[in-house]
Amino acid sequence: MSDDLRELYQEVILDHGKNPRNFHEHDGATNEARGNNPLCGDQLVIYLQLDGDRNVVNASFLGKGCAICMASASMMTDLVKGRSADEAQSMFQAFHDMCTGEGDETALAEDMEKLSVLSGVREFPTRVKCATLPWHTMVAALKGENEISTE
Amino acid sequence: MTTSNRAETTPMTYDVEAIRADFPILSRKMHEKPLAFLDSAASAQKPRQVIDAVSKVYENEYANVHRGLYQISEAVTTRYEGTREIIREFIGAAHTHEIIFTRNGTESINLVAHSFGRNFLSEGDEVIITALEHHANIVPWQMLRDEKGIVLKVAPITDDGELVMSAFDDLLSPRTKLVSVAHMSNVMGTILPIKDIIDKAHAVGAKVLIDGCQSVTHIPVDVQALGCDFYIFSGHKLYGPSGIGVLYGREELLDEMPPFMGGGDMISSVTFEESTWAKLPHKFEAGTPAIAQAIGLGAAIEYVNGLGLDAIGAHEADLLKYATQQLSSLEGLRIIGTAPTKASVVSFVLEYAHPHDIATIIDRAGVAVRAGHHCAQPLMERMDVPATVRASIGLYNNRADIDALVRALGEVQEMFG
Ligand SMILES: Cc1ncc(COP(=O)(O)O)c(C=O)c1O
Repeated sequence: MSDDLRELYQEVILDHGKNPRNFHEHDGATNEARGNNPLCGDQLVIYLQLDGDRNVVNASFLGKGCAICMASASMMTDLVKGRSADEAQSMFQAFHDMCTGEGDETALAEDMEKLSVLSGVREFPTRVKCATLPWHTMVAALKGENEISTE
Repeated sequence: MTTSNRAETTPMTYDVEAIRADFPILSRKMHEKPLAFLDSAASAQKPRQVIDAVSKVYENEYANVHRGLYQISEAVTTRYEGTREIIREFIGAAHTHEIIFTRNGTESINLVAHSFGRNFLSEGDEVIITALEHHANIVPWQMLRDEKGIVLKVAPITDDGELVMSAFDDLLSPRTKLVSVAHMSNVMGTILPIKDIIDKAHAVGAKVLIDGCQSVTHIPVDVQALGCDFYIFSGHKLYGPSGIGVLYGREELLDEMPPFMGGGDMISSVTFEESTWAKLPHKFEAGTPAIAQAIGLGAAIEYVNGLGLDAIGAHEADLLKYATQQLSSLEGLRIIGTAPTKASVVSFVLEYAHPHDIATIIDRAGVAVRAGHHCAQPLMERMDVPATVRASIGLYNNRADIDALVRALGEVQEMFG
């Protein structure tokens, strides 16, 4: 098997893909959005609970998707918990840049380093959207939008 | 230009290795591995004969058609129009002017929806499709529904992916004005009993459109014997160039139908007060057509005729059986679409890996398949899968291609299983 495949499907990703964290509906959610990737049929819903100061007190998700998408959603929901909406938004930007190759994993803040395991998608242009779909959906939820589609 | 007689030229043995040598792309590598191309249902590769026919047009006789009063324009017009005759014979139509060139199968269906649908269907009229249609045979009818208030009905399929004939019968009524169905499912390979469907639809006075995009490459078609009113397909799945498609329509219907687009080539006279339409087939072919592509499609059909669709079909059926056996032996693999009559397509899911991950991994092993919803989202929902992996077989595939797929799936299992 090729090295870039091993790089893409690291143990951590396979583990998050198989046993996603925060994989449930969230009754107390204040914001939720649905994300679709019409190309591959991936669909997920991100649930966020924001407090009065727009801090993310809780985050979870449900959906069906490939290992990359599920792992990305799993790690993301772990990471945004306890952040302000603004922080979550800038995390999205840093993650997005890493995936598209505009930035790199060394530019990730220390507390986001975990996400560098997803940098392997750079070698797979058709898979970048799988990694970024949960993040796009989370940002949509923050903005109060209900639905996004990557096209 | 003549087409070869199928029976005379069908070789006794089907020499797939010699056939592969006609397809230059099959000798290239993908990720340093021999290319196992198993995505012909999306679009087929082109033989040297088609590539040469297209380049020869541009090298020797390119000009616009139906316009120039000089030798090369006349020559290219003759070849372009000659392609209509090749197609007429290929699908058994009565007249060459019943063969309308379009860009692809999708445009052919839209032409019928616009020209026939908008003018001959009205509020409350019913159009029946099936649950296994490609989006190309769903969306144009939904648009017509929203515009004209027609009613769109969907005939169900079984868990195996077969049409539920009794339910189709129940949907038919004097309100049914059009039945528009795929001859073959692009996702599951199911062959629909179209002769039966056509006869039953005609019995209630409905017209029938057959979407032959998938079937035309595997099964001989005779539109007159079938009695269908419209038959459509794309050139690019039939080993021809992209950018060319075909609409066959019965003369009486095409005659009554108004043009689809206005412009040059489709008129007989124009004043600022009014224009009169050109005769068939030009009435439906506004503007400069896909000239080289049409000629390339003619070359593709001659190539297919040279091998014989029966021989191609037999070779593909043998490979489909082999593929089905090999894949079924893999643990956790489930085939989606197990109808007794099917051709050339095997869709599947793995318990432990998502189709998208599978496609990425096997791509690195040189295996090209499609993963996703295959432009048939309602069907995915019906079969209760978000997506499938689809391996589809063309006239040039061999057992080595299937073995490469099965081996690559072993790597998927190693990683995810
Ligand atoms: C059954 C069926 N109908 C219609 C189409 C649309 O063909 P095209 O994209 O060439 O217009 C396809 C192509 O995938 C198909 O498989």
